[in-house]
Amino acid sequence: MATRMKEADAVLVGVGLVGTILGRELTRAGLRVVGLERGEPRSTVPDFQGPQMHDELRYAMRYALMQDTAKETVTFRNRKDQLALPVRRWNSFLPGTGVGGAAVHWNGQTYRFQDSDFRMRTRTEERYGKDFLAPEITIQDWGVSAQDMEPHYDRFEYLLGVSGKAGHLQGRKVAGGNPFEDSRSREYPTPPMKEPYGSAMFRKAAEGLGYHPFPQPSANLSQPYTNPEGMTLNTCMFCGYCERFGCEHYAKSSPQTVLLPVLLKDERFELRANCQVQRINLDSDGKRATGVTYVDGSGRECEQPASLVILGSFALNNVRMMLLSGIGKPYDPESGAGTVGRNYAYQTTSGAQVFFERNVNINPFMRSGASGTVIADFVSDNFDHSSLGFVGGAYIGEVMSHGRPIEFHPTPPDTPAWGSEWKKAVIRHYNHTASLNVHGSSVAARSNYLDLDPTYRDAWGQPLLRMTFDFPENDIRMSAYLTERAVEIGRAMGGKQVSGSPRKGPYSVTKYQTTHNTGGTIMGADPSTSVVNPFLQSWDVPNLFVIGASNFPQNASYNPTDTVGALAYRAAEAIVQRYLQSPGPLVQT
Amino acid sequence: MDDSRRSFLRNAGLTAFATAQAAVPGARAAQEAKQDLPATYIFFNEQEAAFIDAATARLIPADDAGPGAREAGVPQYIDRQLAGAWGAGERLYRSGPWHAGEPTQGYQLPHTPAELFRKALRGIAQDVRKQRGADFEALSEADQDAYLTSLQDEKRDLDGVPSDVFFATLLEATLEGFFSDPVYGGNRDMVSWKMIGFPGAYANYYHLVDRHGMAFDQPPVGLADDGRGRMRLHPMRMAADTPAPGTRASHAGAHGGEKGE
Repeated sequence: MATRMKEADAVLVGVGLVGTILGRELTRAGLRVVGLERGEPRSTVPDFQGPQMHDELRYAMRYALMQDTAKETVTFRNRKDQLALPVRRWNSFLPGTGVGGAAVHWNGQTYRFQDSDFRMRTRTEERYGKDFLAPEITIQDWGVSAQDMEPHYDRFEYLLGVSGKAGHLQGRKVAGGNPFEDSRSREYPTPPMKEPYGSAMFRKAAEGLGYHPFPQPSANLSQPYTNPEGMTLNTCMFCGYCERFGCEHYAKSSPQTVLLPVLLKDERFELRANCQVQRINLDSDGKRATGVTYVDGSGRECEQPASLVILGSFALNNVRMMLLSGIGKPYDPESGAGTVGRNYAYQTTSGAQVFFERNVNINPFMRSGASGTVIADFVSDNFDHSSLGFVGGAYIGEVMSHGRPIEFHPTPPDTPAWGSEWKKAVIRHYNHTASLNVHGSSVAARSNYLDLDPTYRDAWGQPLLRMTFDFPENDIRMSAYLTERAVEIGRAMGGKQVSGSPRKGPYSVTKYQTTHNTGGTIMGADPSTSVVNPFLQSWDVPNLFVIGASNFPQNASYNPTDTVGALAYRAAEAIVQRYLQSPGPLVQT
Repeated sequence: MDDSRRSFLRNAGLTAFATAQAAVPGARAAQEAKQDLPATYIFFNEQEAAFIDAATARLIPADDAGPGAREAGVPQYIDRQLAGAWGAGERLYRSGPWHAGEPTQGYQLPHTPAELFRKALRGIAQDVRKQRGADFEALSEADQDAYLTSLQDEKRDLDGVPSDVFFATLLEATLEGFFSDPVYGGNRDMVSWKMIGFPGAYANYYHLVDRHGMAFDQPPVGLADDGRGRMRLHPMRMAADTPAPGTRASHAGAHGGEKGE
């Protein structure tokens, strides 16, 4: 028998980036909010401090900050006719856990998506014709424009203190920034970070080839910054322990450094860590959420009644919670009907390694999570696709984030994997190699989706999420074309040898690629092809808002976090300014 | 392994180690003395330890480029890992049913790392005698390499463990032991970091990152080197980082921010 807790005005499922923002906005509006977080409570001091935090084995290889696969994982298969099996240990992607969520261990690469991303289907059909897209590609518009998103991007970036250089300010192009970005209302809160050596070589080479390099927008700060919430961040020290680690220096924007301490001071907010939400409860006609049921750290089942439910966990977990709660119609890949689990997408990443002479000291360990220089010439629809046979694109950049040697010990192709020759090659190339990233978009496809696994269960006895995914042909072609562009830049950087590795199928969960899992509770203007409306409100249960990268109808070329933060502020504004005045659907069907 | 062979191997390794150290400033006699202590194993039995010692020494050999896995303490690193939480299947989803699956689906065996090593090493003890007529550690280096290559390239059954899976696990553990912080028992005296020029757990390159191409020649720092003054708690403590008195902590766990430094 579940213990019934005192009713709250709102309950947060997950206290990461989204939960912290929504918690702050809702308590500020006067609501009493309970935040349920499955993982541990954590803060910069003492949890993220050196020297212990600089332990590659514990954090980067054994995933100390990640969701514990012994308790909870996903099952995976490439195709529907295969048997999905559990991902027994993470490799391809690394979902985080604990207070602050994945925004504790992220790198801090903070990009806005473009208007051409938000209107991807319309724009593709307008520019290239209705027959350009293969029938299995199910990309669609988001139901928002870059203009709708701008104030929310702006607010989120000023919360984080993002270091960068505007390229398009109040309608005017500005030298030194990204010329392809949509107009922004203000300059970045802080100037760009220092440019590491490999990035500087990339800048020169890319300029020489006629491209438009700019500093990667970074949430590792270039200088001290106090945000509108009164939180002060420090300058990033380029320690090289960023992604997969917490920041000891208060220099990486994360809930702990930008907002959470403010929220925790508010007596209208209560944080409950180590609480595993089992389902969102519905009233008898299934049209209204009554709260959530969770199991606390002592194994007790509790019911938390609430008038408003905010589902703001990691993208994959948002989808799973909707399916476990029976909200919305699950997607059926045969008929194409149903929406929950539809349009699961990923990120099509690849790279090129640039091997230099011995006298070129790259010093790969002097890096931060988001330092570096990139080009957007091949992002989104910034280039003509008509003869290329694919849609989407990638940014290309020298954005190495570390030189930690268990993971990073580059050797040229054809080097043996062990023995004296391997060892000589590692010594020869460790400090004389730059890596270029090709960070590509991921189209949604009819056969890629998420549902519940019929066999495997988590530690609480609930079905695991089942992922069915392979790289669409569109993205394989994109990766081949753009990895070749990266190799050309690598040669122009003066590399003695340049080795490109375009992404090839089939998709495998055995090697790390990225944790940019998207889709499954996608947003849109049409309830027959989306789970939430453009304010991220469930079409089926209006007092439920679902927020995260699970809202992306397909994934864009850039990293997702800036868009997740902006969507969170946009949803919060709609709730506070409109929903609370008149609870009910914000978009009529 | 008999004692004479054990000490022969150790001395052979030491020679190469000393050669490499001569090229590195600050070679330490004390570290060399440590090498002479008998290796203590807590997971591996003597036969298993003999294989791991010999095999890791082939995966990363001592040579004129510097010490190898054996001199770095990698066998002891693997031994401790297997005796601890990782060996017992920490963060490994362990529920069945069990199916071989596709290569894209990753590891699908029912064994924890400790079980995997124990079974595979039992299998190897028989297999190597059948294939080569001797224990692995008694083979020539060329024959050891050929045997390891056969484990890597084939899927021979080693008491329920495919040989390629075991080889990949052994190689991964060897690299981890060689390159991880010395507190875990491998990378003794930070030999691998010195060899490649990785400074270890340094916390700050802010003033150096724009000195492009500089030769960074400071000795590496490990987690145990806190006393050198390069690693410390951050001096700046945000007032806002400590929740104000009266912040309600829940029954399920208070926020860690209340535990100050």
